[in-house]
Amino acid sequence: MGLFKRMETVFKSKMNTVLNRMEDPRETLDYSYERQLEMLQNVKRGVAEVTSSKKRLELQRVKLIQNIDKLEKQAKDAIAVGREDLARLALERKAALAQQVEEIDREIVELEKQQEKLIASEKRLSTKVEIFRTRKESIKAQYSAAEAQVKVNESVTGISEEMADVGLALERAENKTEEMKARAEAIDELMEAGTLEDLTGGKDKIDRELAKISAQSNVESELARLKAEAGKGPEKTKTEEEGTEERKEV
Amino acid sequence: MIIRIMGEGQYRAPEALCDELNQIDNRIVDLVNEGKVEEFRSELARLISQIKERGEPIKAEEILESDIIVPPEDLSFEEAKNVFKGSGIFED
Repeated sequence: MGLFKRMETVFKSKMNTVLNRMEDPRETLDYSYERQLEMLQNVKRGVAEVTSSKKRLELQRVKLIQNIDKLEKQAKDAIAVGREDLARLALERKAALAQQVEEIDREIVELEKQQEKLIASEKRLSTKVEIFRTRKESIKAQYSAAEAQVKVNESVTGISEEMADVGLALERAENKTEEMKARAEAIDELMEAGTLEDLTGGKDKIDRELAKISAQSNVESELARLKAEAGKGPEKTKTEEEGTEERKEV
Repeated sequence: MIIRIMGEGQYRAPEALCDELNQIDNRIVDLVNEGKVEEFRSELARLISQIKERGEPIKAEEILESDIIVPPEDLSFEEAKNVFKGSGIFED
């Protein structure tokens, strides 16, 4: 069932059960109010979950950057000892990590949007719940007239719609954070194992090939740059070393 | 008319705006039928931005039932097939 139809069905059926089950409209009001408080708690939890999921991605980004720096250094070292094959391997891994960083950046932006939306929803709902509470007490106080039933229905219907909307937003956010968690775990594992093949799993074959070609040309240009740097490297290191020794003697 | 944009709250829209929105709505139904994903995306975004720009936001203090519920901007094309069919979300 589509998201949108589901929203309608969910809140209409829930509302009907609520309205039909209670013999006393005052009970309906209390029951609905309890559900609202529960929903508010859930939304708060949802916001916390999105926030921690975002934090985790940010931490992972830091780790990836550190690994990138490390690989860069390893490549330099490899060149210095004339092991071009190792340098190439390090740079290839570096390129794969850089791609991950880009994707993480995109996901962080997405989570931020979701976080903002949920926080706004929480504010809206919490204001409405407060209004509902006041209204509920006044309806209960004047209860006796037939119009109380009408008022109960109106109040409950209006807020049920808000609850269904918030509920679906929450569900979307939860799905997203679950996805993120799984992804973050996969990246962690890959970083630990040091293998970064097949990271582009979600893309189609052509995308993969294209990414490979661009990664390859990056590797080539970086190799050229490092080679140029390495050409001047050893002498400079030598003079630096001499300098230190001199200072030590003094 | 009271319009809810899912996940973003409710807006009060005057009759004239609703007529225009209905036209966009009908266009979206056609685009979904024709499988034009890109154009569907931009029209849905336009539908939502028109409501936000020209509708009057309903205060959080008001508890009202909506006449029309507009799906969120990140609605998938698959979901759209269930939403934008027949006369769409605005009745003709």
